[in-house]
Amino acid sequence: MDIGNILLLALGEFLTPTTAAYGLAALGLAVHFGYSGLLNFGQAGFMAIGAYGFAISTLQFKVPFIVGLLIAVVAASLFALLLGVPTLRLRADYLAIVTIAAAEIVRYIVTTNTLFRITGSADGLSSFQREFDTFNPFPAGTYIFGWSNRDFYVRVISWAVVILSAVIVWLLMRSPWGRVLKGIREDENAVRSLGKNVYSYKMQALVIGGILGALAGLLFTIPRGSVQPANYATDLTFFLWTVLLLGGMSTVLGPIVGAMIFWAVLSLTQNLLSGLIESGAVTFISTVQAGQLRFILVGVALMLLMVYRPQGVFGNKKELAFA
Amino acid sequence: MQSTPRGPSKRGSTGIRKVTGAIFAVLLAVLMIAAPAAQATTPSPSPSPSPTTFQNNISGFLRDDARTPIPGVRIKATGNGFEGTATSSANGQWSIGVPVQGTYKVELDTSTLPQGIKLAEGQENPRNVTFSQTSNLSVIFAFGKGIVVQQQDLGQSILNRLVAGISFGLLLALASVGLSLIFGTTGLTNFAHGEMVTLGALALFAFNAWGVPFWLAVILALTGGAAFGYVQDLALWRPLRRRGMALVPMMIVSIGLALAVRYAYQFFFGGATQQLPGAQVTDVQIGPISVSPNTLWSLLISAVVIAAVGIVLLRTRLGKATRAVADNPALAAASGIDVDRVIRIVWVVGGLLAALGGVLWAYYRPGVTWDMGSQILLAIFAGVTLGGLGTVFGALIGSLVVGIFIELTSLVLPPDLKYVGALVVMIVVLLFRPQGILGRRERVG
Amino acid sequence: MSHVSHTEVAPEEGVNYMTDERPIAEGEIGPGCKKRDPIVIARDVTRSFGGINAVDVEYLEIPRHKITALIGPNGAGKTTLFNLLTGFDIPQSGTWEFDGRNLAGVSSYKVARMGMVRTFQLTKVMGKLTVMENMRLGASRQQGELLRNALFKAIWGGREKEITEQADALLVKFKLDAKKDDYAASLSGGQRKLLEMARALMVQPKLVMLDEPMAGVNPALTQSLLDHIKNLKAEGMTVLFVEHDMHVVRHIADWVVVMAEGKIVSEGPPGVVMKDPAVIDAYLGAHHDVDLGAAEGIRELEAVLEADEESIVGTEDAGIIAPEVVVSGLEEEDRK
Repeated sequence: MDIGNILLLALGEFLTPTTAAYGLAALGLAVHFGYSGLLNFGQAGFMAIGAYGFAISTLQFKVPFIVGLLIAVVAASLFALLLGVPTLRLRADYLAIVTIAAAEIVRYIVTTNTLFRITGSADGLSSFQREFDTFNPFPAGTYIFGWSNRDFYVRVISWAVVILSAVIVWLLMRSPWGRVLKGIREDENAVRSLGKNVYSYKMQALVIGGILGALAGLLFTIPRGSVQPANYATDLTFFLWTVLLLGGMSTVLGPIVGAMIFWAVLSLTQNLLSGLIESGAVTFISTVQAGQLRFILVGVALMLLMVYRPQGVFGNKKELAFA
Repeated sequence: MQSTPRGPSKRGSTGIRKVTGAIFAVLLAVLMIAAPAAQATTPSPSPSPSPTTFQNNISGFLRDDARTPIPGVRIKATGNGFEGTATSSANGQWSIGVPVQGTYKVELDTSTLPQGIKLAEGQENPRNVTFSQTSNLSVIFAFGKGIVVQQQDLGQSILNRLVAGISFGLLLALASVGLSLIFGTTGLTNFAHGEMVTLGALALFAFNAWGVPFWLAVILALTGGAAFGYVQDLALWRPLRRRGMALVPMMIVSIGLALAVRYAYQFFFGGATQQLPGAQVTDVQIGPISVSPNTLWSLLISAVVIAAVGIVLLRTRLGKATRAVADNPALAAASGIDVDRVIRIVWVVGGLLAALGGVLWAYYRPGVTWDMGSQILLAIFAGVTLGGLGTVFGALIGSLVVGIFIELTSLVLPPDLKYVGALVVMIVVLLFRPQGILGRRERVG
Repeated sequence: MSHVSHTEVAPEEGVNYMTDERPIAEGEIGPGCKKRDPIVIARDVTRSFGGINAVDVEYLEIPRHKITALIGPNGAGKTTLFNLLTGFDIPQSGTWEFDGRNLAGVSSYKVARMGMVRTFQLTKVMGKLTVMENMRLGASRQQGELLRNALFKAIWGGREKEITEQADALLVKFKLDAKKDDYAASLSGGQRKLLEMARALMVQPKLVMLDEPMAGVNPALTQSLLDHIKNLKAEGMTVLFVEHDMHVVRHIADWVVVMAEGKIVSEGPPGVVMKDPAVIDAYLGAHHDVDLGAAEGIRELEAVLEADEESIVGTEDAGIIAPEVVVSGLEEEDRK
């Protein structure tokens, strides 16, 4: 077992496109819950909508990359509107139940064999990233940490999208628009009594967070060139919540750093455990079980965070979305 | 679902260990990162160390019209980019592991049939079969003369589905009544309720596997469910209530608990589907209805238990105290009701009912898996929401609606979309009647 | 408070609303009477919960440029009427208008935009925003509150400066200026009431509706709060407030409307209303076999009630009646 290598592997997780995707999706959740108090338990659905919206339009209708991107964004916005209309006037937990149900509906639909020709059912879709790859400005070769030019390219693009989104969210949240949202998070009737159209603000927040989720779905799938429905189960949403709570829910940097910590710790525990098992130091569990142990730890971490440090690593306890 | 190749995986770290040169290590590390994060990014970490042991099976028994097993017959399954074959064993059993659930074309190689045995008239071969909710799919081939494969007419199918739906709805109600009681008395939307359902089935399977007599294993499993509820309240929820934790954080804690417990089940139980004793039985014909006897038993048991819960709630002091706490905890406390005790009892009863629901669910599917409870968690939520959050009788009616709806829509929807209809209906009902079927209308902004 | 006083109001040139002695009512004074210049008119507004009529108002006018108190025993439907008028609750029937505009079916935020702004019985300040942010949130006509402008500070920076000045001035008046950068959660109950009221004024309303503005406010602050409310009138605003403290009502109200069991049972100037047998009836129930017109009668009643187990007189909840105020008022009148 090589500790140094295991640490390097964990560090490497910081910059993967997947970490970027988790950070971006969790940033969407921060817009929803951290800033507006909306309980979205269906962020996996938004990611799936983004990924499939892009993949299907690219493969089925042969649209150019940019159109596929727009379709993903528009589809996610429509999904948000569809969910928001019945629920945003109701108690917060209704939105939670409706979003989790809607995300599962999306997953069932892209999994069903009936739509095999369109969605590829359980196998998913692949090879929709070709046009994206043709935009790669970096010539073949090795970059920084020995990345290939494509690895380097997808990382640059992924993190550019994340950083741009983070700046936009930051700008939005320090504006009077963001102030209204923060007011709604605490007491929407008070905000209503001051003449603000609460429903419309909640809808805008739901759409913006959903679009971030859809973009995250693209960051999640385009680099690897394939999308599979099994990846978009409710567990994904719960992992994103863990990421959000890890970093701090009412912050812009929190979700991104939360994603880095999440993946680094997952990689660290996985590699340490399998290292220990292979070297014979640990005999009572198998490598497969080691993989499950990590997710037991995620659950325990989520509980402990919520109980002992609900503001996360970066959050300000005084600004928590809930007392 | 893991077996589709997705590029180099992190399991390659076996080789890394031998590498000592730091530079080479870095290079490899980079390779790892560059790998499309295949394994690491799969949120559902189900195990499949070798491609030969798939979690999903297409299986069946080959028996002729005299019920004697037919060995040595080759059967082929193709679909989803996969092809697998099996040969029936001495007792006629065959099983083909497949990578993903989906639709497969199953073909019995008639040339391998023993002399004198033929497929029954009207028996489709090859035929397409589709997985529904479980990881095991039974395929029956009928043999011999005189047996004609019956085509059910629609009316009969509807009747069959209706009975199955009532049975399914009632077992959902066992879980949702508990969930609703907990929500009513504590305000908690418990996302770990699915794991309480799983516990019943897992415990029964485990006790039975250890040789405990079935009746005792059932009692132990239900006691285990009740104990889980009790311990949860004692060690987790009561302290959190004492801390004055708000409801949304509590809900998120329950999500954490659900993840931890679910993967702990998988850790100990593995990813395979197991069967409880007597789970695979043939349907019986009662009048026009063809139904599995287990489904009937399940219907009967859950109806009796739910009626008992209803009587307790309506007639006894405890029931009145529970309803008082659900109505207004502060007022109940002021009028001398021991709120903590009521909540503790609600957790114990909720755990017991969920465990019983889990046992029945294991027979209904049939099969025991580590995530069987979380599979129906949303159906349980749908039942509770349809009935109106926090109303116990609403939860019962809502669950029945969901159960019947799921079974009836399976006549028109493909089996892998079985649950979609119920979820859509839940959302639509919320749109027009947000307080649920029996809920009181709340004043909303 | 020059920022708050508004050009839109003050339609009658040269009228000093503080000293305006023109009669409030037109014709005979009584429940549902017509006003010389009403700002709110409600007709047949009813709202019932589970078969009980919480509000059943046949006709009510609220006089413009006056301070009107809405009083009545607990459960009389005062807060429900507030909720109905401001669009926070929907009545079973009825129409009502504000400033000549029909409000039936108008959502609460639009009502607030028209200039009818309320506070809440249970104070609603945003504890996780600073006092200043709470104030800024109240300001209307903010371009930066539109999503399309939010990214560009150049568009909303100027208005932000304006409203910050406006907020600063109000915070000084309400003695909250030292706290402006603190989170509102750190304020005392009374300070929250003040902040909520100051925030409502940021909207620059025509009608301010205060639901129990004095509840929980430190007695040392009460006097200045009362002065603030009186000043609102001077600036051309109309005030409608719910209050239990008769002292407060007598002190600042120009007009009193009494509700009981959802109905308007009496209205008129404070001195008149408090002598109205219907009012005492509403508060005290059946014990009206004493002469309530004189101080002596009230004392007698008090003695009877204190002996009565079901009565709240002599208990903590008795604040509603505040007999000493009524009595002192009556004694004053007796002397005249």
